[in-house]
Amino acid sequence: MSLSINLEVRHPVLLIRLDGELDHHTAEELRGRVDLIIEERKIEHIVLSLEGLTFMDSSGLGVILGRYNKVKSFGGEMVVCSISGPVKRLFEMSGLFKIVRLEADEQHALATLGVA
Amino acid sequence: MRNRMDIEFSALSQNESFARVTVAAFIAQLDPTVDELTEIKTVVSEAVTNAIIHGYEDNSEEKVFISVELNDDTVNLTIRDTGIGIQDLDEARQPLFTTKPELERSGMGFTIMENFMDEVKVESASGQGTTIHLMKYLSKNKALCN
Repeated sequence: MSLSINLEVRHPVLLIRLDGELDHHTAEELRGRVDLIIEERKIEHIVLSLEGLTFMDSSGLGVILGRYNKVKSFGGEMVVCSISGPVKRLFEMSGLFKIVRLEADEQHALATLGVA
Repeated sequence: MRNRMDIEFSALSQNESFARVTVAAFIAQLDPTVDELTEIKTVVSEAVTNAIIHGYEDNSEEKVFISVELNDDTVNLTIRDTGIGIQDLDEARQPLFTTKPELERSGMGFTIMENFMDEVKVESASGQGTTIHLMKYLSKNKALCN
């Protein structure tokens, strides 16, 4: 299993859709691709859409926290949506919901950031 | 009934998914719940990732060893490396503690292992490698036969 990463810019928001498994191995590619687009396209906020994410471990938490720190440094926000039970448990365990907002789906997540 | 398997593989990040899927496939014969399987896959991923990143500092010439022993409804997992070892075990087990913040490690590996398993034992010393013993009782959700 690997990770399929779909990146869509809805300026100034980067919508990241993940399908598959996010672990130490796949986190590296995610970090590289997201950081490149954040810089090239002047991204302010991130929406993480995790409906297709079937597995995640603490390496996934690390890469998400790293991207949160990046957008936060420009005054941006990170919103997570369409999250599954097991992934939600890891977010809760690590306290990530204290800094990352949870919304039901992409449409709601984008609307809260002013993107229709 | 007792049943056991052993695997060893190169300390490469692409083997993390191989390790968790293989362990899950072996445990499937005990008919675990979906949640139990996810928990076991997650802890295997945590321990193997630790061995690769921390134990061997990404030296892929080295090997990671996993043993799984099934005993009725109990799963005993042993994940071992012969790497640099952990200097301060108490510190390593603290939530959010990491020796490698520059690699964006979350420091949640041991916390996840402790949450998802019934018992976590760590044997390690500087230069002596690390062995993690993880134990889990599987719930019996099967219908009772009268």
